[in-house]
Amino acid sequence: MARRARLVAQGVAIGLVALLFTLLVWALATDEGGDLAAAAARGERPAAPEFELERLDGGGELALASLRGKAVVLNVWASWCVPCREEAPFLEQVWRERRGRGLVVVGLNAKDFRRDARSFMRRYDLTFPVVFDGSGDTAGRYGVTGFPETFVLDREGRVLESFIGAVNSDEDRANLRAAVDRALES
Amino acid sequence: MTRVAAAALVALCAAAIVPAGARPAPPNAADLEAEVVCPVCETTIDQSNAPVAERMKLYIRERIAAGATEQQIKDALVREFGPGVLATPEKSGFGLLAWLVPLAALVVGAVVVGLLVRAWSRSRDTRPEETLLDPELERRVDEELARFDG
Repeated sequence: MARRARLVAQGVAIGLVALLFTLLVWALATDEGGDLAAAAARGERPAAPEFELERLDGGGELALASLRGKAVVLNVWASWCVPCREEAPFLEQVWRERRGRGLVVVGLNAKDFRRDARSFMRRYDLTFPVVFDGSGDTAGRYGVTGFPETFVLDREGRVLESFIGAVNSDEDRANLRAAVDRALES
Repeated sequence: MTRVAAAALVALCAAAIVPAGARPAPPNAADLEAEVVCPVCETTIDQSNAPVAERMKLYIRERIAAGATEQQIKDALVREFGPGVLATPEKSGFGLLAWLVPLAALVVGAVVVGLLVRAWSRSRDTRPEETLLDPELERRVDEELARFDG
């Protein structure tokens, strides 16, 4: 009986350890974030994590996959983020300048109230599509840890360049425009 | 005197009974703030002064002022920020697992410990020969004790 009980206890312990190990491997294998910006900085073009999220600029949902064939500027923002307010007019300007050439600017509003996000969009007269990521799960998959952050994707949905923090300085703005032009040529 | 006391008791009980149509007390903002997680700093919002936490505190107070119940406020926050916004998971649906799994683990652990204790105590019972005195030695101890008592 003692041997049997010991075997049961050992089996339970081994099972728990195996379960925890499997969870660890799964978490590491599915973690797409964090490395995106670093990989893009190394000149690699990692695939941007897919998403399909509720639109705040109208009804329905928007899937990133539906924008394949277009260059995309994905801007992660929130209404309570002060630097996001400063860069919003510039992103609207880039969208208006280059949408005719095949650029789509997509706002990814994360960790925010829908009502506040819509109020922000009206205040800054944003006309590009904005999707809602209240839980911040999608932003997390992009490795976003602070707001704002902007990713430039080529026409095949790969991350060409990322900008951590607001694109406010003349240098940052020139770099973003250059990245957009490269994405449009891809 | 007894009648007066009885009448006073009845009056007190009547005053304590809430009228059937009365509204429940509004939720307490401080209590709710201790149950809601700031999505940026991952602490409860009463422990945070992050901009989003301040906005959430304001939202809770606005909803309380508008007459919303605690559950209505929590449901609305979950619709905006997802189930992770609640510090304790809901006791229904998938959230129920978070309550049941630790309980089940506790029960399984207790059963395993019980089985082990039972097995160990049995193994000790099956080894009496090792612990009992040799009959000859026992006889001598008895003799010595008898002599000592005498």
